[in-house]
Amino acid sequence: MSVNSSVLLAATGIGKRFGGVQALTDVSFSIERGEIYGLIGPNGAGKTSLFNVLTGIYMPDSGNFTFDGAPLDRLKPNEVAERGIARTFQNIRLFQNLSALENVMIGRHIRTRAGVFGAIFRDRQTLAEEASIESRSYELLDYVGVANRANHLAKHLAYGDQRRLEIARALATEPKLLALDEPAAGMNATETKALKALLDDIRRDGTTILLIEHDMKLVMSICDRVLVLDYGKKIAEGSAAEVQRDPKVVAAYLGGEVTLNLRRA
Amino acid sequence: MNRPRAKSIPPKVWAGVVLLALALALLPFVAAFAGQAWVRILNFAMLYIMLALGLNIVVGFAGLLDLGYIAFYAVGAYVYALLASPHFGIHLPFWVILPLSAGIACAFGVLLGAPTLKLRGDYLAIVTLGFGEIIRIFLNNLNAPLNITNGPQGVNLIDPFRIGSFSFARPEVVLGVAFSGPQKYYYLLLLITIGVVVVNLRLQNSRLGRAWEAIREDEIAAKAMGINTRNIKLLAFAMGASFGGIAGAVFSATQQFVSPESFGLFESIIVLAMVVLGGMGNIPGVILGAILLTLLPEVLRYTMEPLQNALFGRVILDAETIRLLVFGIALVAIMLYRPAGLWPSAVRKRELEVKGGTA
Amino acid sequence: MDTFLQQIINGLTLGSVYALVALGYTMVYGIIGLINFAHGEVVMIGAMVSLSVITALLGAHVQLPSVLIILAGLIVAVLVCMTLAYGMEKIAYRPLRKAPRLAPLITAIGMSIILQNLALMIWGRNYLTFPTLIEPTPHNILGASMTDLQMLIVALAGLLMAGLVFIVQRTRLGMAMRATAQNPQVAGLMGIDINVVISAAFVIGAALAAVAGLMVMTYYGIAHYYMGFLLGLKAFTAAVLGGIGNLAGAMLGGILLSIIEAPGAGYIGDVSNICGFPCLGDTLQEKCTASDGQLSLFGSNYQDVFAFFVLILVLIFRPSGLLGERVADRA
Repeated sequence: MSVNSSVLLAATGIGKRFGGVQALTDVSFSIERGEIYGLIGPNGAGKTSLFNVLTGIYMPDSGNFTFDGAPLDRLKPNEVAERGIARTFQNIRLFQNLSALENVMIGRHIRTRAGVFGAIFRDRQTLAEEASIESRSYELLDYVGVANRANHLAKHLAYGDQRRLEIARALATEPKLLALDEPAAGMNATETKALKALLDDIRRDGTTILLIEHDMKLVMSICDRVLVLDYGKKIAEGSAAEVQRDPKVVAAYLGGEVTLNLRRA
Repeated sequence: MNRPRAKSIPPKVWAGVVLLALALALLPFVAAFAGQAWVRILNFAMLYIMLALGLNIVVGFAGLLDLGYIAFYAVGAYVYALLASPHFGIHLPFWVILPLSAGIACAFGVLLGAPTLKLRGDYLAIVTLGFGEIIRIFLNNLNAPLNITNGPQGVNLIDPFRIGSFSFARPEVVLGVAFSGPQKYYYLLLLITIGVVVVNLRLQNSRLGRAWEAIREDEIAAKAMGINTRNIKLLAFAMGASFGGIAGAVFSATQQFVSPESFGLFESIIVLAMVVLGGMGNIPGVILGAILLTLLPEVLRYTMEPLQNALFGRVILDAETIRLLVFGIALVAIMLYRPAGLWPSAVRKRELEVKGGTA
Repeated sequence: MDTFLQQIINGLTLGSVYALVALGYTMVYGIIGLINFAHGEVVMIGAMVSLSVITALLGAHVQLPSVLIILAGLIVAVLVCMTLAYGMEKIAYRPLRKAPRLAPLITAIGMSIILQNLALMIWGRNYLTFPTLIEPTPHNILGASMTDLQMLIVALAGLLMAGLVFIVQRTRLGMAMRATAQNPQVAGLMGIDINVVISAAFVIGAALAAVAGLMVMTYYGIAHYYMGFLLGLKAFTAAVLGGIGNLAGAMLGGILLSIIEAPGAGYIGDVSNICGFPCLGDTLQEKCTASDGQLSLFGSNYQDVFAFFVLILVLIFRPSGLLGERVADRA
């Protein structure tokens, strides 16, 4: 697969077992550059497990990923981030006692170089790098819309702002693929609408998005293609409209959006 | 961090800096009125500041509980003692040994950290505690069959710091002003301490400092942001150990005597108490903690013992016991009621101001 | 061979004591995931209190059989330690249950220092001797000797451990403890009062610690305000060696540690004997001749180091211990 291929991420035959539970079975899919790719399924379908396997938190038992033309085997989470996959967490994991700005500045870590010498002697190069980290981080805070909270501790931000801050922090690592784990969870309608606009902006600016989401309205309105998991297996893949009509998907969700969050909750 | 740029320092701050510098310069002479012992206490306070700042990198910044920190102090002290004393008949100059002490302590830090840093936090605490004891037991016993450390007797007659014929241990009259040995050491220690403080401030406000704090706050999220947590934690250990080594070498030179007794578990705990009391992760707080807890036993000695004498006619509790008891109570009370320490970090304060302003 | 058997017998005795203390660490760790650094000091307080009671009774010339005098000391010590552990948990650990992990660890260290220095104030700085109430009559077992006292210690420890296993496996409280260890939130939802369960773990551990304190003091014949530190650390090592959070592991670890510890230190001496090495310097040659060819780099002075090395090696190579860790993964 060449680097110029239109496929950014290809997964083949991913399997993962936890003790007696087969969390993922032979899951294959591919994400095109520049698209928003949805990952849905009932609770416990294996979505977050897939995320954790992709981002190196767990090792897959079988199968492999190809990312940006090169295999993504046996990498640690930090190496995955370095290769260009950044993620957010279902239960927000910000650096609680640091300011919003510092959170984003930490996201710049892998794209900057200063070491002990630079830190202590503050040579010209280090100072320039620090300045660029700070200005880039302000830009990103502004981009997601929490610039006015730059100096607040992350834990004191409103819930929706925390979700946005987590996205800004992920964007700071300059990802090719941004993997979002339920970014709209707990948001009201207005916040979700603003989130949709943000995701549209991110795609327009050239970052591919992998989106786990329970808010079907958001998924159906924004995703180019959707992968449906149930019991750790892929049951459908296609455009939002196709997937919605797929009888297997309808069966998995027991006939619709309303019951979808109730089942196996 | 929103730190002020060098060019935008207001005159008020400059005035403060000048006043502080003047105060620090005159301090040993003021203290000398109360006796040379108080100058020595000032010197000890600075040693403890160095130690506490070193431990603060590990505990305060990176959030790794190290209960054997004093081992690195011991390594630094013995490196100096063995390379500048009649024990082996080696007398290297201090500016050669100082980096050597830092380097060897750093190597010990890496030696301990490399296999253990993947352990969970509480296991790390107990392993470092064990390591501290191992170093002390070795220092105590490496006098046979080959006499390396001179065992429990310790190493005596260690060279003081000396530049050419200028020795820091001798009293001297410079420009009509009489300087005692401890006073001369005071200025040298002040210089080194300021250096250590500046290095710590710069480390905190750097890419590495932020990475340490990220690991402290949430290791999994830090990894997901691309931080190589193993290396960065090891770096914290190594840096902390180096500062311990430097403080140890300076301790050797000022005391001119070292023995394993100075490096027990309680010393580790005392330094930890300084970090916790002042405010983990906040450099001014840690400095405050170190000063308070260095002065505490002296204050207790001069108040509690006469007080007991007056009340009961004899000393029932010696100052040392009360001191340790106070340390214990301070550790518990601070964690329960003021986990951010006596002097919380600037971010929190800024945050409080912002809140007060909008409310 | 008889010295080997002797080592095993001595190891078994001391190991029983380690195991009793290790159980206290392991129960608390299994349920709330805290290393209770102050547990070693509870052992020391147990020893000191029972010593005080026994000395007072002997001083008052009460005409009681020695067994009853010891029993009285034991009961008071157990009660004091249980109260102490209950109060300690309530004051120093409970408010921090949701705090970052570092916080309760630091208070635990603080508590340990407080207890040590209180003991120093009450009982002084000197070694206190324990009166010989049980004559150490030796019995010959296959060429090795085992005293009455040693037999009593092993038997009593065995009995207590059996009792603990019964509580944990067969009673409602034990079931609640196991449930809380698995998942405190869910256990709470099922109507278990978690505070009671956690207090129980501390209190039971403290009772065992008090017994262990009396045992170790009777065995060595001395007590000291600092005795809890090393004993606690070794017992913790035992708990980790067996697999922390695992009751059977604590027992196995205690006995195993003490059995490998004593002879282990001896073997280090033999292995590190440098006199067999070629090309020794002249000075070393002389020393070797002077000491009958026995010149060890590491002698029995390093016995305590040995325990630490075991701890570090276990944590690095098999952090879940020999029998595996029984702690629910709370990632």
